[in-house]
Amino acid sequence: MSRGLAESVAAVRRKAASARDLTDAALQGIRSADPRLKAFVDVWEEPARRRAAEIDERLARGDDCGPLAGAPIALKDNLCTRTGRTTCASKILANYRSPYDAHVVERLEAAGAVIVGKTNLDEFAMGSSTENSGHFPTRNPWDLSRVPGGTSGGSAAAVAARMVPAALGSDTGGSVRQPAAFCGICGLKPTYGRVSRYGLVAHGSSLDQIGPLATTAADAALLLGVIAGHDSRDSTSVDRPVPDYAGELARPLAPLRIGVAAEFFGEGLDPEIGAAVEAAIGRLVRLGATRVDVQLKYTRYCLPTYYLISSAEASSNLARFDGVHYGHRTAHPADYIDLYASSRAEGFGDEVKRRIMLGTFALSSGYYDAYYLRALKVRTLIRDELLAALRQCDLLISPTSPVPPFTLGERTEDPLAMYLADIYTLGASLAGLPAFSIPCGFTAAGLPIGMQLMAAHFEEGLLLRTAHHYQQASDWHARVPAP
Amino acid sequence: MTGDGASRMSTSIDETTVRHVAHLARLRLTDEQVKRFSGQLAAIIQYADQLNELDTSGVEPTAHPLPVHNVLRDDAPRPPLGAERVLANAPQQEGGCFVLPKVLDQESA
Repeated sequence: MSRGLAESVAAVRRKAASARDLTDAALQGIRSADPRLKAFVDVWEEPARRRAAEIDERLARGDDCGPLAGAPIALKDNLCTRTGRTTCASKILANYRSPYDAHVVERLEAAGAVIVGKTNLDEFAMGSSTENSGHFPTRNPWDLSRVPGGTSGGSAAAVAARMVPAALGSDTGGSVRQPAAFCGICGLKPTYGRVSRYGLVAHGSSLDQIGPLATTAADAALLLGVIAGHDSRDSTSVDRPVPDYAGELARPLAPLRIGVAAEFFGEGLDPEIGAAVEAAIGRLVRLGATRVDVQLKYTRYCLPTYYLISSAEASSNLARFDGVHYGHRTAHPADYIDLYASSRAEGFGDEVKRRIMLGTFALSSGYYDAYYLRALKVRTLIRDELLAALRQCDLLISPTSPVPPFTLGERTEDPLAMYLADIYTLGASLAGLPAFSIPCGFTAAGLPIGMQLMAAHFEEGLLLRTAHHYQQASDWHARVPAP
Repeated sequence: MTGDGASRMSTSIDETTVRHVAHLARLRLTDEQVKRFSGQLAAIIQYADQLNELDTSGVEPTAHPLPVHNVLRDDAPRPPLGAERVLANAPQQEGGCFVLPKVLDQESA
């Protein structure tokens, strides 16, 4: 599978390829690359073939099957699907079959996409490396000894290895952007409320967003246009028209003010990453942008604020996994408290337990004010500072991750070291801002480097347009890992 | 920057606290996990204590990033999933009901 998303759709439209051809190519790509990468937890061979045949039949009848007609897409396995299982890479949901499809799955189906399978993640989207999976770890297509990032590591690896032209992930604190950076592809976290989370298994409800992973800004624009929009089944979904993102790409880049904060280029940043992002900013300046220096002094408080809030929300959201209505139930509970406590102990992995413990602690009597409430107040400071910076400029540019992809096992023993991989992505999550990671270079060792563009609420069009102009003038996004 | 006094506390996460929180969270932990988590959680909480450096007096908390409140939809009937689909994932079911161990005659903890 070497065609991008827009190219795939165009090929089907001009009858240079059928949906069946594209689906077969994707399934073949998965068969040849996935035994090494382990990006997929479930491949929908038969359902995908049936679906492709149906699309081809409808196209032959002259039906307009939608803007993604015939395009193979992969889904992170925390998006509910009536087909197959929805495991969240957790033992507690090992055999769970969702009774309904997520909103974004309905949108993909209505747009004519062919879903080819579900991808691996850190259990319940908690982690930064896709090593905390109840299935198996996923590997980075650029170096099999390294992690693909997380938590949407399966989706990112599948797109980077060109098994599928695009995939969906979810992003609570950077889970679309950081794996996109680690795998050398594009990953967009939309504005909070832009995409309905109906059918996304909840992690941190005031943070979670579903976003596209693709190889170009143009492909991300196409996929975002399909999944964005109001849905009354998610009360945080915003009722606001969806712009023509693909149309936005063609508009001129200038005038554009790029904000750069010294706080994003400080201690802990790998120098090769800093240099690559600086070079990319220089490129955008040569394309007509102006550089503005801004101050973001609360940046270093994003990490503790994020972990207190997301863990508190997770501890509440994950209370539903109790061995009663669905999911794993312990074999011989001593009583009903033990039914809950043992089912959960047997079903959840260590990182999930740690976050439930941290969140329960932060919400518990005597600690609520000192931890949870204080974090919510600092969140206000962080959001207001970012919004003020975005009045001085049109978008902020930073590295996506302070470090290149690390090796498997390198950070699993130290939860704090793992959390530090997310420091640059958390601000946009806490403030609900859209943020886009795109490739901007490689380390001397050949590992991808990503930069993050961040804009004001609902300015996805500006992010996509800026990235598109950058990609017209660079070819980092076009590099493909050796098979 | 200074903290606002009352909440400037140093919190220790000892094994007793971990057992208490694990009970609140309905998680059965092994002794080994209690020991490991108390060390790891103490390190994370100590890291989180740097928020005490900030003066948050007079700052409103932010629970949601966008000012969207009390969204209501029409109270219109829609087709339900149906008992069969809802029960399809139940660990144990009987006669259209979820089956649970006996809960009466037990002290609620």
